[in-house]
Formats: sequence, C-alpha cells, structure tokens
Amino acid sequence: MDRAIAIDVKQLCKSYERHKAVDDISFQVYAGEIFGLLGPNGAGKSTTLRTLITLLHPTSGSAAVFGHDTVREADTVRMLIGYVPQERAIDRFLTGREHLELLGALYHLSKTEAAKRIDELLTLVELNAHADRPAKTYSGGMKRKLDIACGLLPNPKILFLDEPTLGLDVQSRLRIWEYVRMLKTRGLTVVMTTNYLDEADQLCDRLAIIDGGKIKTLGSPAELKIALGGDIVSLTLKETDRTAGLEAVLKDQPAITSVRTTDKGLDIRVESPEKALPAILDSANRLGCNIEFIQYNRPRLDDVFIAHTGRAITESVPETGST
Amino acid sequence: MEHYWQEIGALTMRWVKRLSREKFSMLFTLVQPMLFWLIFFGNLFQRAADTQVTQAPNYISFLAAGVVVMTVLNNGLAGGVDLLFDKENGFLERLMSTPIHRSSVILSRFLFVMTITSLQVLVILGVAFLFDVHPATGLLGVATILLIGMMFGVGLTAISMAMAFSVKSHGDFFSVLGFLSLPMIFLSSALVPLVAMPGWMSFLAKFNPMTWVIDAVRPLILSGWSEALPHVGMVVIVMLVFDALCLYGGAKAFRRAMG
Repeated sequence: MDRAIAIDVKQLCKSYERHKAVDDISFQVYAGEIFGLLGPNGAGKSTTLRTLITLLHPTSGSAAVFGHDTVREADTVRMLIGYVPQERAIDRFLTGREHLELLGALYHLSKTEAAKRIDELLTLVELNAHADRPAKTYSGGMKRKLDIACGLLPNPKILFLDEPTLGLDVQSRLRIWEYVRMLKTRGLTVVMTTNYLDEADQLCDRLAIIDGGKIKTLGSPAELKIALGGDIVSLTLKETDRTAGLEAVLKDQPAITSVRTTDKGLDIRVESPEKALPAILDSANRLGCNIEFIQYNRPRLDDVFIAHTGRAITESVPETGST
Repeated sequence: MEHYWQEIGALTMRWVKRLSREKFSMLFTLVQPMLFWLIFFGNLFQRAADTQVTQAPNYISFLAAGVVVMTVLNNGLAGGVDLLFDKENGFLERLMSTPIHRSSVILSRFLFVMTITSLQVLVILGVAFLFDVHPATGLLGVATILLIGMMFGVGLTAISMAMAFSVKSHGDFFSVLGFLSLPMIFLSSALVPLVAMPGWMSFLAKFNPMTWVIDAVRPLILSGWSEALPHVGMVVIVMLVFDALCLYGGAKAFRRAMG
C-alpha cells in the first residue's frame, strides 16, 4: 500500500524505574485512516498515545508526526494534533463556550477567527443550545461531546482519542462512533485507544493489539480475523458414512482452506464465505449428502485477541503501576 | 512574545472566572477567616498581652503585621490546589498538549494568587485601620508591604505547586498543607515577639523565613521608615534566596511530572 504516512513510531521504549510500560514498538499510521490501539488496562496504549502527543519523552526510540519528531519539534507537532483525554477533562465552572475560547487563545487564534470556529464546532457536536451553561450541568455524553469539540478546535490533521467511549451509555457510544466516522470522511486521521473489542472492530480501519508493552499483532480487523484461518462452516450430515467422500471433494476447492472431520460432520475453514458456501452445497448435492444443519461462524475480534495474548481482554492484567 | 501574553492572559482569566462562579468561595475569599484572627484574637488579647513586651501601642496593632503575613502564607501554600485538581482530572494534560509556552500555566497561577493575596492584604489593612491601626509609613509603606508579601508568596506558591505535581493523591496534599501551616505560624513572630518566646522556640523561629518577613512588615506599620528600612533590606535578600530555592524545586517537580 502506497499511502502517506501520518505517524511513524520506531522502536519506541518508555520505562518507569524498573517497569517497562512500552517495550520496543514500531508501527505506522496512514493519513486518513482510523487507527486503534487495542489492549487491556496497563498494556501500554496510553503511554504510547502520550508520547505521540508530546507529553512524554521516550526512553529510547522515536515517534514522528507528519515527519516531525515529537521531542525535538514538539511545538510543530502540537500545532498539528488535537487531543481528547481519557478523563473528562472539563472545568466544572466554565461554560462549554469558555472551554473553547480558552483553547482558542492557547492555539493563538484571533478573537474573530476563534468565534467563527467555535460556532461551527458547537453546531457540529450539537451543543449550541447548552454552550453558555457551566459544564457541571452537562451529562456524561455532553461532556464527551465538548471534549471532542475541544480536540477539534485547533483544526488538527490528526485527532487523538484516549478511550473515547469509556463509561458512556450505549446511545452516547453510538453517537461518538458516528462523529469519528464523520471526521474520517472529512479527511482527518484518527488515532484512538480502546479496550472495547466491538469498538475496535466497528470503527478502526487498522488496529494494533498491545499487551505487556508490546505489539502482538497489527492489521485491519478483517485481516486479523482471516489470519486466524478464516470463517468456519460447520456441517451436520444425516448420513455420516459419506463424510469422507465429501471431505475429499471439498479439500481441493479454491475458497476452502482446510476441512476437518467432526463426530457430526465437517468443520470447513473458508477464505471467503460467498464463494465457499455455494461450492459446499453443490458438492454435497452431487454426492447425495443430506445436510441436516449448517452453522456459519465468523471469528470475532475476541478470538483474535485471545489467540495473540493468551487470554480474554476482560481478564485482568497483573498490576503494573503507571500506564 | 505576543503569543505568550495571549496564553497567560487567557489562563489567568480562567482562574478569575472560576472564582467568580463560586459565589460563596468568592465571598469567603475576601471576608476571609484571617480577619477573625485580627478582630477577635487581636481584641481578645488586648489586655492579656503586655505592651512592654510587644513594644506596640496595643496588641491589635502588633498583630496586624502577623495577620498580613499569615494571609500570604495561607494563600501561597494553597496556591497549587487548583493545579492539583487540573492534574487529577486531565485538564492539565489537555493544556499541555497545546502549543503553549510550558511556563504559561504556572505564571498564570502566580499572577492570580499574587493578585488575590494583595487584595486580601488590603482588606486586612483596611479593617485594621478601622481599629485605629494606621501604617506609620503611609501609602508607600503599604505598597512596600504588598511587595514583600508577593516576594514571600511566590516562594510559597512554588512550594505548593511542587507539591501538587509530586503528590500521589490530593489527600496527601492537604495533610501536608495542614501539617505545615500551624508550626510556621507559631514558630514565627506573628503572635508574640521572639524575645518573649521560650528559648528553643525563638531559636527555631529565627530559621523561619516568615519571621524575617514579619519583622520587616511590622515596623512599616508601627514605627516608620528609619526603623523599617534595614529590615526591609534584609528581607529582600532573604526572600531572593528563599524564592530561588523554591522556584528551583518547583521547576524540577514540574519537569518531572510533565515528561
């Protein structure tokens, strides 16, 4: 793939005293994609993110945003990025508009320029009606929207989201996902951390699974699932004596990766279900096998996660201190 | 440079807005508990305190300097609290991810704390005035008092911010704060002159920068320039050293916390 590189991380390490929070990771984020850092708490996602937004200096290795080093050219990088922190980083006593005005001044916008951009953003996140109320009166979802508006204020090329939907109700989550997709269509590059598998699956073009400070695997959700060996079609046959015959025929089909005999019938790993399913049914018909039941399982991101880390994401990681 | 002022201005206004939103907090910031020390403690000890010992016409005029400096102490030590909350809820991180000069946040805090402190000192001197305490050195003396107060306040605020950046939880912050402030007051010349203290206390009090500050403010209120000037000169030197140490420590803590 020949695409512009937005972020280039090379052999990044970050240690705290004896604990290695990030241990020699390298990856690239392409311009215009939604890139996810997926992992349990304490895996090193937030440390990686904080390095990219210039808040942490790497112990060794480097990170560059559009070619600018995050340590040596921190100010240039800061002009290119927007950041939405994990905590609700909201000043209870300021109104939504005042939050944005403060940031406008910190990005050195003129009053008129800031006012124009603030109006646009408030419309975008649908906070117009509440813009002049103190933030302590906001709901969780509204605070998150304000957070995102704050992240977008500098008109960034890359938006960093740290656990964007942590602790939100289902409706607000879907809302935030909608925003993120919309931002992508506007040409923004989005980098987000998450420990929700469904979020990574639904939202990210590509993702890196991080555990114990290392990248375990990286790719698009579909690639990662296919890498496990593809979808599984399970056949339950009425007459098991014909199983071997069917197995022999199916083994040579192009869309099928592997076939395994089970006590009820066959487990068939397929590359593309669209091509494989007709072929399977066709062969079964020709051989006169009566199919009692077909089950089709697509590997979920959970399976990918377990395959690469050896445990489910919900299982807790040993406490490692700073994240 | 223009950017720098824009940042500091916006950040300082944020502190002002926060204060103005909390009506009670604003009221109690101006009508602060320190006034009770002056009004109640000052009048309560009017007859119990020996004017021969205090070397002042009455106890309240002796106490005025102490209360002024106690105000500076309390404000300074609490000066980092809001940054502590900013650190805990991630607001500081958001500010630091913007292309601002790293010192802007801290300078805005100094500016705000110093302004509030000066206003409070003026309120205290005003109330003292009502109790017939007239500063012997006039308005220029009051300006000098504010200046000395700010010099002391800068160092204290730096300590407070260093603590805010270093502590693990705000519980720790407030316990250290509560632990520090009373000994600072009792082991100083705020309530009693050094000569009237038990030997070991006056010995310790000599090492308390607060004593030096009070010893300069007090003659500005009670005696006049000729007696005050040597003390003022002395306290400026002491404060330069004190501030340098505190700012050094504060900058170190800040750098450690910020990457």
